[in-house]
Amino acid sequence: MLGLDKKDFRLLLIVLIITMLAPFILNPFPEGSGLAQFNAGYPDLMQRFVIFGIFAIGFNILFGLTGYLSFGHAAFLGVGSYAAIWMMKLVTLNVIPAIILGVIIAGLFALAVGFISLRRSGIYFSILTLAFAQMSYALAYSVLTPITGGETGLQIKSTDSPLLSNLADGEIGRANLFGMDMRAGFDISMGDWLFTINAGYYIAAVFMIIAFYLSIRIFRSPFGTMLRAVKSNQTRMYYTGLNARPYTLAAFVISGMYAGLAGGLLVAMDTQAGPERMFWTASGEVVLMTILGGAGTLIGPVLGSGAIKYMENILSKINKDILHEWFAFMPDGLEDFVITLVYPFIGKGWHLTLGLIFMAVVIFLPGGLVEGGQRIGRLLRGKKANPDDEKATQSTPAE
Amino acid sequence: MSKTDLTRRGLLKTSAIAGAGVALPTIFTASSAAAFTNEPTGDTVTLGFNVPQSGPYADEGADELRAYELAVEHLNGGGDGGMMNTFSSKVLEGAGILGKKVEYVTGDTQTKADAARASAKSMIEKDGAVMITGGSSSGVAVAVQALCQEAGVIFMAGLTHSNDTTGKDRKANGFRHFFNSYMSGAALAPVLANAYGTDRKAYHLTADYNWGYTTEEAVRASTEAMGWETVAAVKTPLTQTDFSSYIAPVLQSGADTLILNHYGGNMVNSLTNAVQFGLRDKQVNGKDFQIVVPLYSRLMAKGAGANVKGIFGSTNWHWSLQDEGSKAFVKSFGTKYGFPPSQAAHTCYVQAMLYADAVQRAGSFAPCAVAEALEGFEFDGMGNGKTLYRADDHQCFKDVLVVKGKENPESEFDLLEIVEVTPVDQVTYAPDHPQMGGAEASLGECNDGA
Repeated sequence: MLGLDKKDFRLLLIVLIITMLAPFILNPFPEGSGLAQFNAGYPDLMQRFVIFGIFAIGFNILFGLTGYLSFGHAAFLGVGSYAAIWMMKLVTLNVIPAIILGVIIAGLFALAVGFISLRRSGIYFSILTLAFAQMSYALAYSVLTPITGGETGLQIKSTDSPLLSNLADGEIGRANLFGMDMRAGFDISMGDWLFTINAGYYIAAVFMIIAFYLSIRIFRSPFGTMLRAVKSNQTRMYYTGLNARPYTLAAFVISGMYAGLAGGLLVAMDTQAGPERMFWTASGEVVLMTILGGAGTLIGPVLGSGAIKYMENILSKINKDILHEWFAFMPDGLEDFVITLVYPFIGKGWHLTLGLIFMAVVIFLPGGLVEGGQRIGRLLRGKKANPDDEKATQSTPAE
Repeated sequence: MSKTDLTRRGLLKTSAIAGAGVALPTIFTASSAAAFTNEPTGDTVTLGFNVPQSGPYADEGADELRAYELAVEHLNGGGDGGMMNTFSSKVLEGAGILGKKVEYVTGDTQTKADAARASAKSMIEKDGAVMITGGSSSGVAVAVQALCQEAGVIFMAGLTHSNDTTGKDRKANGFRHFFNSYMSGAALAPVLANAYGTDRKAYHLTADYNWGYTTEEAVRASTEAMGWETVAAVKTPLTQTDFSSYIAPVLQSGADTLILNHYGGNMVNSLTNAVQFGLRDKQVNGKDFQIVVPLYSRLMAKGAGANVKGIFGSTNWHWSLQDEGSKAFVKSFGTKYGFPPSQAAHTCYVQAMLYADAVQRAGSFAPCAVAEALEGFEFDGMGNGKTLYRADDHQCFKDVLVVKGKENPESEFDLLEIVEVTPVDQVTYAPDHPQMGGAEASLGECNDGA
């Protein structure tokens, strides 16, 4: 169906169902219980899950298929964000044109960066892209302050009056989709549980489903096969008379456009853009997401981005007081001891936890979380693994 | 992730709900039942403390968090009450705010606007925080302030010194107690004129970002007004750690004063470089070469060590102040943590207290009511003398301290000495001052949320 084989269609359907049910799945603990701390079903985080999912899916098209490790992908996210917010400030508060402009500008920028960077491969390519991203960051932070707002970034202000929107004098414009506010929504309470349904999230989720679908099509297309050929042996491709450059450049631009889409969506959900979005750590983050989830697999990047964003937003908010509440049942000395043990790994120490998990994944599950899932699946099915399963989600570590 | 809960009925039900969610007009938003965003309904109220716990300002963030914890303790009736006893407004009784026990959630801004907004949003959307406070950078303050304006909660800025926070980016739901670049310039200029004369030639090194620009502009304007000449103003990248290449041209320029519009690690490095180059032993135009640092903090002074000796700068508050409020605060902070508080801790503690007091006086947590209570509020006993929360731009107006690196420090905290307390009149400006965004800057309407 939809040009997909049965297996891929099943995967798409699972992703569709999970994203649509996310507000329920992510809020498994009743309000007010101690575990409510771990609930992730609030609009902002759900939006981030799907937006960074898109970013990672796009990155995976380049990295997972061609093996080219771009270390400057955040630049495209940032450029997309700036394009989108200018569209909103100047033309219309509707999110669709803003997102489209974000994708186009990011695509053009990726074309320029890719054209230069793809002359080299391996580490030189990574360094070139990193250099471009850091340049963009530095420019946005200082020299281009009139366009980017510098350190403080850009927001929609009361003095902005977009051409196509009728705002009352002094009213601060809000992102909308044909009149529907991104923050519109309602709560459903069932017993002690509270679920928040938010318009912005579902709009972003629809974009992610489309992005995911396109990525499956690319993976399964002859074009995708070409990209895999680049990864396995580029020299051989050249010897057989095939020029790999147009393919890698196309992959680079597509993946830049995915980043632009993510950037545009970030602005649509939260109308501001700042230069930190382009900092090298942001570029590194998407590499982590992809590898953590499983590079070269379809669903991996989405899982990886979910895991990282979850830790960043949930784990980092656990503070000492909350720990004291949790371990209050223990005798005093023991309580303090346990808290001393746990404390470095939560709150501001979430980076440490992430690092440990990342190491564990790379060492024990080179195929990322997807490989972990497959291993568990195989265990459950009593080791009667079908070798064909491997093909769908290629789990060779990317070099 | 399992898909065992996938039934036809479940799928239909959810699609229907999802469809309805997308189709619903804004009027049916979740909080339409409440009068304002996150109205506290139980017997507790949640505040959100959004401070940098990682990144370059993590030390300041840690100190801010200590101050907030202390403030919550005092608000709930614990400890010795700190500045609650010296505060001119007496409505707080240590029984929480409006009888509700104060609880708090914390988040890490990472000194990045995006991360700070994500963290603030999760406090508002998930934890039901009715006020967000904290932060140690103007970029973050401006970003979070705009978010709070949109979401309909109050934002009490932490350490943010750029003019823009209450200048061109001011918001009706945002309030700043900390002083700003303009005030630094206005307070420093007369002291510098007294100490170094009125015919100096100044050379600016400015951190290449928003705060650097506003500080340079402010210091330039006020020093030029008293006769100084600006020879050159050079921007330095924020990530610069070695400033030698920027310091060398200073001597060739004929300037006799170097002004370092740097903060945090930048200032520590540039000042150290300048002193190591022997700038301060030089004679130019027949005068001793001097260095000025517009914004000082104790943590920076600590980083730069002996190099700060005798160097002028300004600061919002210093623990060696001898008024009742400062003494009470230093005592309760010191008792709890074992060392004196920084200016970041002070401004955050005061902001938390001012918020609680405003709610108490307004009799409501509704942001617009709180904003009204804060606007034009005059108070005393919080360490800075008589202070006014100006209604036009939500900036506090109070005396500014001009400090100097101490020649003979007695401890690692005793690094700065107060040279002069510049009275508030000297640092007051018109709300539509050109450095503050001019006539275009406006607070907008206060927002109660849905």
